Amino acid sequence: MIVLKVFVAWFVLTFSVSSVADELMQFSSALNKTRYQSLIEELRCPKCQNQNLADSASGISVDLREQVHQMIEDRKTDQEVIDYMVARYGEFVLYRPQQSSATILLWYGPFILLGLGFFTFAVVLIANRKKREALL
Amino acid sequence: MRKFLLFVPLVIFLILGTFFYLQLGKDTQYMPSALIGKNVPSFKMVSLKTDQVLTQDDLPKQPYLINFWGTWCPACHIEHPFLVELAEQGVTLVGVDYKDEKSLAEQWLAQKGNPYTMILMDELGRFGVDLGVTGAPETFVVNASGQIVYRHQGPINADNWSEIKGYLQ
Repeated sequence: MIVLKVFVAWFVLTFSVSSVADELMQFSSALNKTRYQSLIEELRCPKCQNQNLADSASGISVDLREQVHQMIEDRKTDQEVIDYMVARYGEFVLYRPQQSSATILLWYGPFILLGLGFFTFAVVLIANRKKREALL
Repeated sequence: MRKFLLFVPLVIFLILGTFFYLQLGKDTQYMPSALIGKNVPSFKMVSLKTDQVLTQDDLPKQPYLINFWGTWCPACHIEHPFLVELAEQGVTLVGVDYKDEKSLAEQWLAQKGNPYTMILMDELGRFGVDLGVTGAPETFVVNASGQIVYRHQGPINADNWSEIKGYLQ
């Protein structure tokens, strides 16, 4: 019985991986297929803001997936595909924004905050030590 | 000094509060176009009316609108009568029949009237991608020097026309 349960669970989990991007696409190499997969997961669907190209079923996503596929098969580099999309849809389509003056806080803000935290921590420590020394 | 520190959370709250308040009511679906300030991308498309191949050189020389539409698009049905009205007022409209079939498009124009001075057939949606279109209807305003100055997603109507009109010069 337990074996059956395990089997059913395995079956359901294996085949329930949701994938909208199920167009039949031919790739000339396994590498190209991997590149395609990682690119469509990193590019955002311009129509449906909280989905990437891989997950979206909207018409424009189907077109853009086809475009990515074609560019990869045309031996374009990943950067060329990304530049192509940015030229048409703006930085908006990148889930990983490029580093620029506009995104500097986005990229380094957490580290700045971490630094501020350490600074405050050090200031408090030193203040406490001074207080203790004054008491002694 | 100590007392001032007590007010730090309040100050942070006020700054964040103002920031979030200013974001209220903004259209979350709005997406800036990457083509603002650029020329219309080059193309080679077949004209719906004459079957001739048209290029960017055939575009109007005065300010005009590029309107993406398709017979498959419900919002385009709603938009169409207003476009006809605009054409009657003398607005130059370039239509892009986006991912559509020629016979259906011809039928649509015969029934509803044709507001476009020229119609380009973008059957595969390649020109749409070049312009960063996300669907139909979508409209671009091109100024007299051939630059894209504004993009509007969704149907044009009497409410939003006044804003779009401002860019048409």
